[in-house]
Amino acid sequence: MCGIVGLFLKDRTLEPELGAMLTEMLVTMTDRGPDSAGIAIYGAESDGSAKLTVQSDQPDEDFATLAADLGAAIGAEVTLRANDTHAVLELDGSKVEQARQAVRELRPGLRVMSDGATIEIYKEVGLPKDVADRFSLSNMSGSHGIGHTRMATESAVTTEGAHPFNTGSDQCLVHNGSLSNHNALRRKLKREGVRVESMNDTEVGAAYLTWKMQNGATLGEALESSLQDLDGFFTFVVGTKDGFGVVRDPIACKPAVMAETDQYVAFGSEYRALVNLPGIEDARVWEPEPATVYFWSH
Amino acid sequence: MQSYDVAENGLRGLNAALQAQSAETNQTHWEVQNPKGSHAIAVGLDAPIEVTVKGSTGYYCAGMNQRATIKVEGSVGPGVAENMMSGTVVVEGDASQYAGATGHGGLLVIKGNASSRCGISMKGIDIVVHGNIGHMSAFMAQAGNLVVCGDAGDALGDSLYEARLFVRGSVKSLGADCIEKEMRPEHVELLKDLLARAGSDANPEEFKRYGSARQLYNFDVDNAAAY
Repeated sequence: MCGIVGLFLKDRTLEPELGAMLTEMLVTMTDRGPDSAGIAIYGAESDGSAKLTVQSDQPDEDFATLAADLGAAIGAEVTLRANDTHAVLELDGSKVEQARQAVRELRPGLRVMSDGATIEIYKEVGLPKDVADRFSLSNMSGSHGIGHTRMATESAVTTEGAHPFNTGSDQCLVHNGSLSNHNALRRKLKREGVRVESMNDTEVGAAYLTWKMQNGATLGEALESSLQDLDGFFTFVVGTKDGFGVVRDPIACKPAVMAETDQYVAFGSEYRALVNLPGIEDARVWEPEPATVYFWSH
Repeated sequence: MQSYDVAENGLRGLNAALQAQSAETNQTHWEVQNPKGSHAIAVGLDAPIEVTVKGSTGYYCAGMNQRATIKVEGSVGPGVAENMMSGTVVVEGDASQYAGATGHGGLLVIKGNASSRCGISMKGIDIVVHGNIGHMSAFMAQAGNLVVCGDAGDALGDSLYEARLFVRGSVKSLGADCIEKEMRPEHVELLKDLLARAGSDANPEEFKRYGSARQLYNFDVDNAAAY
């Protein structure tokens, strides 16, 4: 069991409150996932630059001179904004791949959480409220975001096992359910040259989507084909630069509730997660159909 | 009328108060404020009282009900009226998966749509859905009536026993061993009564009846190779 929340704002005046709204939704889903929590937040975009969000178990040591070291390694200006165990590195958008490589060499212990023009992913082990507090998620603003609370079933409770997973530039995936063919799929992806770091089933799902898209599929097409190739139970919510999408497996036993008003589209594993959103009493509330891909975008 | 605010006084207090009512209680009308999607609202009741829930609920609302009449002025999460024995549960909005699962008796009315597995393993309950129902509904349903005024999803009545299924609209597909059956006058009469009690003005003549072909009841030697 896990909890998923998602919020996509149509009303731009709500953007400063995105973090606060999502945090409340996330904490409500603690019962569904007390092990770990994570959030992908899509904030402001600055021209031509990309954001690389990294995580370290020794942030003080690792982050101290990281901006300067990385800047020297890739020959471009890098700024660093530390936030507890995470740091957001801003750099020239054309140097992302080079920077990922350089980070691996400069700080082997560092984990890259996400890259993209607007996405930042924060995730850690612990109660959702504690995770939200340590990153001050409620102070963050943005156009849309996705959160996940985890109750581990398929692999260890670790930062790497927490969701969301970055599936490509500005894209992420969260999952409620369990995939039963992840070992076979992991071997297949490895043969195709796709890196999968952990024994986690969702990471394989994320890597599968990345691989499909690298081979020319759109995100929608990759999700459609996941219905064929992934065995198991899943409600997936995917984030993109412009919005978010939802897909449930054909059996659809993992819960999902959507709500839409003129101001937002919201997703929750349970209706409880949505009850404090503005105007929820008059929102259109429904359950997404099984084996159907939904998308909302700006 | 008794009023109870879940947000202020908590869920346990609500169920303790409702479960404490006897058949002779004078507190026959209850209103539940601020359910806010909470799970297990008004479960395990065993008295002829009327409970109105003013909003939407989470999992297992009105589960194991006996004799009470529970009305939800909103939508309900998974497992509404699960294992109901008697009484009436009315949902003004939609119901999530496995509504009325394993119910032995009573009447469950869903005025909106019900999603997957509605009436799974029902054992005597009557379920009337004003809208549509999702896939795998009435899976292994044993007894009772499932009435659908709208459409039914995939695999309706898979591995069905003796429950009767009535659908006015389309059926996406029938499950294993479920077939369309003749609507006889007694079925029209039965439907007329159920629809009236469920507050539906649908015409009973427009429904089709589905039931078990009874081919899965006994081992068939022709299938031996499948094992």
